[in-house]
Formats: sequence, C-alpha cells, structure tokens
Amino acid sequence: MKVKQQQKTKRDKQLEVSEKVVKGILLLFSTVTILTTVGIVTLLLLESYNFFKHVSIIEFLTGKTWAPVLKPEHFGVLPLVNGTLLIAFFACLIAIPIGLGAAIYMSEYAHKKVRAVLKPILEILAGVPSIVYGYFALTAISPILRVLLPDLEVFNVLSASIALGIMIIPMVASLSEDAMNAVPDAMRKGALALGSTTFEVSTKVVVPGALSGIIASFVLAISRAIGETMIVAIAAGATPKITLNPLTSVQTMTGYMVSISMGDIPHGSTAYYTVFAVGLLLFLMTFALNIFARFIVKRFRREY
Amino acid sequence: MNSYIQKKKRVDALFKYIVMFCVAFGILMLVLLLLQIFSQGLQKLNWSFLTSFPSRMASKAGIKSALVGSVWLISTTIIIALPIGVGTAIYLEEFGGKGKMAHWIQVNISNLAGVPSIVYGMLGLAVFVRGAGFGRSVLAGGFTLALLILPVIVVTSQEALKSVPKSLYQGSLALGLTRLQTLKGVVIPYAMPSILTGSILAISRALGEAAPLIMVGAVGYVAFTPESIMDQYTALPIQIFNWTSRPQKEFQEVAAAGIIVLMTLLLSFNGLAIFLRNKFQQRAE
Repeated sequence: MKVKQQQKTKRDKQLEVSEKVVKGILLLFSTVTILTTVGIVTLLLLESYNFFKHVSIIEFLTGKTWAPVLKPEHFGVLPLVNGTLLIAFFACLIAIPIGLGAAIYMSEYAHKKVRAVLKPILEILAGVPSIVYGYFALTAISPILRVLLPDLEVFNVLSASIALGIMIIPMVASLSEDAMNAVPDAMRKGALALGSTTFEVSTKVVVPGALSGIIASFVLAISRAIGETMIVAIAAGATPKITLNPLTSVQTMTGYMVSISMGDIPHGSTAYYTVFAVGLLLFLMTFALNIFARFIVKRFRREY
Repeated sequence: MNSYIQKKKRVDALFKYIVMFCVAFGILMLVLLLLQIFSQGLQKLNWSFLTSFPSRMASKAGIKSALVGSVWLISTTIIIALPIGVGTAIYLEEFGGKGKMAHWIQVNISNLAGVPSIVYGMLGLAVFVRGAGFGRSVLAGGFTLALLILPVIVVTSQEALKSVPKSLYQGSLALGLTRLQTLKGVVIPYAMPSILTGSILAISRALGEAAPLIMVGAVGYVAFTPESIMDQYTALPIQIFNWTSRPQKEFQEVAAAGIIVLMTLLLSFNGLAIFLRNKFQQRAE
C-alpha cells in the first residue's frame, strides 16, 4: 500500500513538471505578440531618428512640398497627409451612411432567413483582397466616372475613395450590427407596444442605445481607410500635392511607401529613411484612432 | 389622428426602402466587381496561363511562378502562425487567468489587429530581410505574413476555447485528470473545428495581402519557381499588382485572369472552412 502511494506521487510530480513545461512554452509563444509590438515601435523610432538627424521635425510636419528623391529635396509631409485624409474622407462619406443603413436593415427589418443569406454575402465583400478593389477602381469605376465627369484624371481621388468605401462598408455594417444586437429585445417590444413604427424604434431606441458601438465602428473605419494601401497605390496616382479637389491625382502616405519600395533606393540614404518617418506617422495616426475607438466603447457604453 | 398614423407608416416604409438599398448597394457592387473581372479575364484564363511564366508579351504571360510562390509562402505562414497563435490563445484562456501578464498580452493583441498591414511589412524588412539575414526569401515573407495574421488566429482561437462548456472541463477534472490532460483530451479536441475555421479565414487573408510583401521584397517579375525556403519568389497579389500597373490594356486582362485564380483559391478556402464547421458540428451533436 505504501509503495503504491509513493508511485502515485512520482507520477503526480511528472505531471506537474510537464504542466509547468507546457505552460512555459505557451507563455513563450504569447510573448511573440508582445515582441511584435515592441519591434514595430522600436524600429519606427530608431529609423525615424536617423531621418530626423537630417531633416528637422518642424520641416517634416509643416513643409508643404514633398520631393524626397528630386533635387532640391523637400521633406514636407503635409501633401501626403492631405492625400490620405482626402481619400479617407470621401471613402467614409460612402461607407459610414451605407454601412449604418445596412446594419439597421439587417438588425431591425430583415427576416431571420434573409439575414442568414445576406450575412455571408457581405462577408465575401469583406474578404475580397484590396488589390482586387484597386483593379476595380482603375478599370471600372474610373472609366465610368470619366463619362460623367470629363475633367477626371486617369488616377484620381474619387475612384480610389469609392472602391475604398465599398471595401469598408461590411466592416461598418457588421460592427454596428453587433452593437445593435446588444440592445435588449424588451426595449424594442416596449417601444412597439407604445405604438412606435420600426423606423421610430430604430432611430429613437436602437441607434441611441448602441451609439457607443456605432461611433466606435466609424472611428475604426476611418483608421482602416487611412492605413489601406493597395487601392490607393493603384488608383490614386503618385503626385503629392495639397488639394481638396477629388478629381485630380494625389499621393497618400501608404502610396508613397509602396512606390519607394518598388524603386531602387540605396539603403541608408535619407530617402530610404523617409519610409520609416512616414510609417511612424501612419502608425501613430491609426494607433490614436484605435485607442479612441476603445475609449468611446468603454466610456459611453450602456449596460443592459 | 388617422392621417398622423398614415404618415408615420409612410415614413417607416420609406426608411425601410432606404436601408434595404444600403444592403442592395453592397451586393450590387460585389456583382459588378465579379462581372468586370470575369468579362475581362475569362478569355485569358486557360491551361497555358496557369503553366507559363510571366512574359513581356501579354499574350504569353502566365501565372505559374506566382501560383507556386503563393503556395510556398502560405505553407510557411501556416507552419509559423498556427502553433504560435493557438498556443497564445491556450495560454490566455487556460493558464493566464486574470494575471497582469495575460491582461497586457490581450490589450496588445487588440492593438496589433488595428496596425496597417504595410507597417508589418516594414517590420519584416528590418527584422527578417535585413536583421536575420533571410534576404528577399520565402522565409522572410512567411514570417512577415505570420505576424500579420497572428492576432486574428489568437482571437478566433480564444473564442473557440471559450465556447467549450465548463461542465466538460469540470467533469474531466473530477475524474482525476490533470489540467494538461483535460486540455489535451477534452478541451482542444472540442474546440478544434472552430479553431480551424477561424485559422483558415485568417490564412485566406494572408493569401490576398500585397502591401507587406512589397515591403519585404517580393518581386513582380520572377521567371522561376522557388525550390527552397530561402529562394526568391513572387506571389499572386504581387503579380496582379505588377500587371495592373502596366498601361497596356492587354495586361489588365491578364491581371483580371490572375484575379480569377486568386478569388477561386480564396473562395475554396472559405468553402473548406464552412465544410469543416458543418462536418464537425454534426459529429458534436
């Protein structure tokens, strides 16, 4: 009897050890994600530091001309920021109202069976790679728009924005719908019992009740639009300039990063380091928006 | 009073059509997009397109190197991302508890999910291409894409592990199994179908991603297929980007044919995910 017990403890110890080993390995795996973040931040800061040794931060952030590889060199990032924000603005002008409308339809009007069909279709729309949207913008949207607007350049803000807008509709729709689904059914039924139409239930009960989640989905859509690369690289052109005219071509921050990576820029040149300075700015912008979205959800969330 | 109610009903009906239009707009755009691609690309799509290397002449251009390159790349990505992603999820769900470390990892993962893909490309360029000395190889591309889809795999695997009923877990513990045995024998098998489904969807995202690959140096004109993990490569989205950016109309048709190949692969991945989910769901019932 005694012997048996001893064996058991031995086996127990083995199990304990193996649990510790497995736990250690899994913890090691988890640190990969931490290392990724640390890596991104360190890299962007270090390489940008090399850039800011040559160009002052003031010149970078306030300069109105971007010509990093032409002589005389200019390193004012505002034209790129202008291009990025202009495209993001028009894309959200399309994606936010249509995405919200689609979410209201799916959550308040659509029959269960209809929704079961529509949801996978919208998921496909979300799963189409951005390169395909870029192709669509250049070969379909732009030619059609040029029939209507003869002034339109081949590469232009409008076509890129429309394609980008279509791409982020499903994201706005599904995040907003999730928020609306969190509003309890009793509130809908109560409002209906008081004589409200579904329109009134949607606009006066459900949307206000889910507002924090809906606004957060808008902010995330803006962040996504700012960081999107392939559509703008294909359809928006490569002329950095400050403009509010959506009919002309611009260059965005991401578009610049792609175009410089395609060319032969010597490693260690100032032009090479611009990629990291622009990348740092892009990272900070999207990071701030993502934090802001999380803050909205946390701060203004209604608990039911 | 009656007219008030009628007015309310009219507004409601109008609103219904407006929000219906919003959904219809999305579907219409998907249909237009597919129509455009098929009308442009279908004529170019044939056996010699699939088995030829890219060429300066659009009529001879093929997608072989990109197709094979993508297979190499995605296999590498899976081998790296799947164990690390699922392992992280298991740590967070089963061992991390409410500890500070687990909390930080969790916050960190949701932040990473919002980082633009091109930024991962810069990380890959500095760490894998230059730092580790992998060069412009399949391995560098695979590592970069693995980091990109890691947050998605972790989050979906966590959801899968959360959906395992507590009663199964406790029942197994009550029978005298250790936590590790319970994990291996009960929790992970139960969660596996959902983990696989989520991972396949994450991998299909990696398959269509172009921006980070441009940063880590996948080149658009490669007339050979990689023979080892350290070889240069091109991938489907890169090849499509290369063709799309050429001014000749014929190359845009070739690009459309390439997109059909890419979309077919993506849709079959999605189909596989749905098939797996249904199959395992039936077995679980």
